[in-house]
Parts: sequence; C-alpha cells; structure tokens
Amino acid sequence: MKVLVPVKRVVDYNVKVRVKADGSGVETANVKMSMNPFDEIAVEEAVRLKEKGVAEEIVAVSCGPNAAQEQLRTALAMGADRGILVEHDGVLEPLAVAKLLKAIVGREGPALVILGKQAIDDDMSATGQMLAALLGWGQGTFASRVEKEGDALRVTREVDGGLETVSVKLPAIVTADLRLNEPRYASLPNIMKARKKPIETVKPADLGVDVTPRLSVLKVEEPAKRQAGKKVGSVQELVEKLRNEAKVI
Amino acid sequence: MKGDNVVDFALTPQHEALQEAIGRICADFGDEYWLMRDRQGGFPTELHQALAKGGWLGVCMPEDVGGTGLGITEAALMMQTIAQSGAGMSGASAIHMNIFGLQPVVVFGTEEQKQRMLPPLIEGRERACFAVTEPNTGLDTTQLKTRAERRGDRYVVHGQKVWISTAQVAEKMLLLARTTPAEQARKRTEGLSLFYTNFDRSRIEVREIEKMGRKAVDSNQVFIDGLEIPVEDRIGEEGQGFRYILHGMNPERILIAAEAAGLGHLAVSRAAAYAKERVVFGRPIGQNQAIQHPLAECWMELEAARLMTMNAAWRYDSGLECGAQANAAKYLAAEAGFKACQQAVMTHGGFGYAKEYHVERYLRESMIPRIAPISPQLILSFVAERVLGLPKSY
Repeated sequence: MKVLVPVKRVVDYNVKVRVKADGSGVETANVKMSMNPFDEIAVEEAVRLKEKGVAEEIVAVSCGPNAAQEQLRTALAMGADRGILVEHDGVLEPLAVAKLLKAIVGREGPALVILGKQAIDDDMSATGQMLAALLGWGQGTFASRVEKEGDALRVTREVDGGLETVSVKLPAIVTADLRLNEPRYASLPNIMKARKKPIETVKPADLGVDVTPRLSVLKVEEPAKRQAGKKVGSVQELVEKLRNEAKVI
Repeated sequence: MKGDNVVDFALTPQHEALQEAIGRICADFGDEYWLMRDRQGGFPTELHQALAKGGWLGVCMPEDVGGTGLGITEAALMMQTIAQSGAGMSGASAIHMNIFGLQPVVVFGTEEQKQRMLPPLIEGRERACFAVTEPNTGLDTTQLKTRAERRGDRYVVHGQKVWISTAQVAEKMLLLARTTPAEQARKRTEGLSLFYTNFDRSRIEVREIEKMGRKAVDSNQVFIDGLEIPVEDRIGEEGQGFRYILHGMNPERILIAAEAAGLGHLAVSRAAAYAKERVVFGRPIGQNQAIQHPLAECWMELEAARLMTMNAAWRYDSGLECGAQANAAKYLAAEAGFKACQQAVMTHGGFGYAKEYHVERYLRESMIPRIAPISPQLILSFVAERVLGLPKSY
C-alpha cells in the first residue's frame, strides 16, 4: 500500500521561543526550524512498515513556505520515497491543512495517512482528526503501536486510563504518539540519496483549496516570569509558611 | 545567489543537513560520558560504532568501496561538529585517522587493495593506526630507521615507532618503513615504502604513554620485532612511500584545524553560558567587560581560523595547491583553540579548575592540535620559506 506522511516545519524543540514585540505571534526569523518531532515518529513508523513489506511507497507532504523543503529532505533521508510541497507563505490553520491533505489524498490514493498527534508549535492536535472527518475515514489517534491485520490496522492508543486497542478499516488515518517508536538517525549515504529524490511543488490554488484563515489571533504573550523560590530550614518552618504566608493549608 | 564571480561563504543546505545529522548522533554522548572517559580511559567504542553505523567514517571515501565520496570540506565540517559537541579531541581523535589516513590507499592502492582494505574500515569492523613517527627522527620523516627487508613474497620489519595513537585497539596499521638503506637511496625522499597490514600483536609490542589529556584515546610506543608483511600489503611502488604519505598531510592539517576550532568554540560557548549565569556582586560576571572582551576576541579568532580552514579545504577539494593554507589553518586554529580554552577556564574562576565544569579537560586537550602533527614553529618556517621566499633556517 501507499502511505502518505504529512510533516510540519516548526520551531526546533531546543529553541527557547520568544514572542514577537507586537504580540502577533512567536519570532521565527533566524530561529532554528525542524520537523515536528511527532511527525518524525510518523515518518519512522511508515519506514518500518515499508521495511516489513507492508508499505510499498512513502510520500511525505508538507504544507508551508518554500523552506519546508528542508523538512521534506529530512523525511526523504529517513526513508520516504518522494516529497510534495504545498507551498504557501501565510498562516495555515489545521482546517486549511486538512483540506489541502484531502486534495493530496485524492490525487495520490494512499491507503494510510500517518502523521504526528500534534505539532509542538500550536499544540492544536486537530489536523489528523479533521482530515479523517473530511475523508470519512476511520482514525486511530494517539497510537503507541500499529499492526496490519488483513485489510485493517490494529492500533493501540494511549488513553488516560491505560491502553485502548482499536481496529481501523483501511484506508485510515493514524496519529503518532510519543512512544510509538524512536526515530532513526539518517545515515550519511541516505542524506546524500535524499538530495536526489524528487520533490514536487504545488500551490493551494492548484488543489482548489481556499486556505484563508478562519480564526483571528487576538494576542500572544509570554507566560508570567517565575518568581524566585525560598529556602526553608525545617519542616516546621515550611508548614508555618504554607499556612501563614502562602495560605494554602 | 551563486554566480560565476560571487564568493559564497554560506553553508549549502546539504552541509547544514550533514551538520545537523552528525550533531544528533553526538548529542547521545553528553558531558558525563566524556568526563568518565577522561577519568577512566577506554576507547570511545560507542561513538565510533554509532558513526560507522551511520556511514560517517566513509565521508570522503570513494563510493565504489562503500563511501560517500564527499570532500575534505565535508569531513572538516563533520570533525568540527564532533569536537564542538562536547566530545573535544577525545571524540575527534577516536575517528580522525580513519577519515583521511587511508587516502594513500585510495589514490595509490590497486583495485584489489581498495576493495580489501577500505570497506572494513568504513563499516567500523576494523580500526587503523598510523605508524610513521619514530623516537629519533621526529618530523625529519625521510630519516626513518624502521627497516622492512624483502624476503621472497614478504617483508620482515624491525624497528620502533612513537606517538602512535589507537595502537592499543587498532586491528590494522599504515606503516612507513625503510626498504632501501638511506645511503643507498637515489634521493633523500626515496627508499621508504608504505604498507597497510594486520597489526600482528605477536610481533608488535605496544606500550601506552601516560599523557596530559585525551586519556580515552591511547598514544603509544610501538616496538616491531620480526613483523611479516605479505607483498600484497605494500601500497604502490617500493621506495615511494614518502611521496604517498605526503598525500594525506594537507587533509590531516585541515581536519585537525577544524577540530581545534570546534574545541575552541565549545569552550567559548560554555564560558559564555557560565558568565551569563554566575552572579557575583549582584550581577552576572558576563556583564563585566573584563569577562566579555576576551571571550569576544576568542570568538573572532576562532571564526577567522575556521574560515581559513574552510578555504584550505575548498582549495584541496578543487585540486588547487593548498599547502600554505592548510598549514596556516592548522596554526591559527590551534592557537585560537588553545587561547579560547584557557580563557574559558579563567572565566570560570576556581570552578574552571574543577573537572565537573569540563573546561579544564578542553584546555588539556587543546595542546594536542598545537603540537601535532607538526609544531607551530615548523609551520612558521614553512610559510617563511615557501610563501615568503626566505632562506631555509634549519
């Protein structure tokens, strides 16, 4: 089967994000950008499916600026076969991305779309679910284990109370949780090969999708600065301060 | 951006991808790992294996033997990234020799030799040491004494070598030995032959040298007594070994320069981070110009040295003469790296002397690129003689 893996370009998880001076969002100029770590897990899972002989072709797709090609190259170095960049410079909300992906699914006809459970920049956790709804496909979200069983997938999900196992008929959407796998490091020969793999660029208009934002961001602000703590000398003093100063007991 | 007349100093997207990927591997080997290696010794096998698994040891080896066929530019970027990751020379020296040392085999070996010798090295199944330097000749390489006598289809070797890194763990050795006595050789630079052969410990005794830094990667005295080398392990023609070995010298200078610059940048960034956090007299010490200015100066000198290094690497990869640039890069980067490490210790004050702050290790390791593989004085003499046209002084 063919597997589609959407990947998002986000601020690297090691970067300490800063809010733009005008409060319109976070600073992304001259900031290290990477593939969303949950998407990396999704790419790894797709590559493992291919190594097991379950998947035949892996297509990585990214919706974003031209520079998102870098993230597609990362996916190609990990083992994806080719890339599609849906190039758009402005804001892309989850619904717009889900609509773009639906159009790509229409063109490519994958049996499985596997993507991160959320992106670490806006933490929406919405794209996979919206795409499932738009396509009318089943979904196995927050997956910690994926196995193929006949024409369905057996997906183990991490839920509050423990693990839930669901069976999802193919074609389906799977969103990857943290413990699904540990992504590999791209090897040097594969990084070099990735530079020769094809990346096709399309525009939202080519796909007939209107990506105009539906939401407006009112304000983005930094969390309040943490106050310095106090050291206490004894348990008695701690209890006394909790009672009389902090007034929590 | 790229035009015919444009000088471009930016890293290509491919270079950035390489740096990022190697950085991720190195991130698995944190400060505590290197602190432990520095205390206890022991070859950093885990790093060597992780790099081999990712195909990195073949960065500048030809593709037909399993390498990636990139240049010294990419190898230099890789070595700088390794040193700068916190591994310092302990990490860089563990693979340094394997990256460029077998260039004589790549260039002068037969097809059979290349297929036999290079893949095990690239795959990390074998490690090689570089047995050139001798106790009584130092940098006067043409005067090597170790003898390799031809007996039928083999050579029998007797002699001693010194400062042979990784001889404790290596399976293979690139050996330069005399096959024609110096007085019978037609030219000073002839009479030496190059071999790549098994490190046969029944005929070779290895004694580790206790040293100032880089405890993880051993340096040794090597005593060779009756080592037998089959003729098929000789690289190229008999008597031409010195010429072959020269082939790897400029790449080695370039890589060690990259490692020194990486180590220096590591020290400066650690010092800057400490200076930002350490509060004395009610303000971070990094707010004082006596702390800031020397670190800023170190950064500038390191960047200048790094650019000279990349210039030398680019010249080598472009097939241009690069002796002056490679030597200058090694000199500048080694001195800048040493100064940066020293400044990092001083920035930390008393804590800089404590092992747990790591910078004292960097300072000890920063002496290596200053001394090896060639002293700063000989580089100055080289530039004076070959670039400025002044009379030879020694």
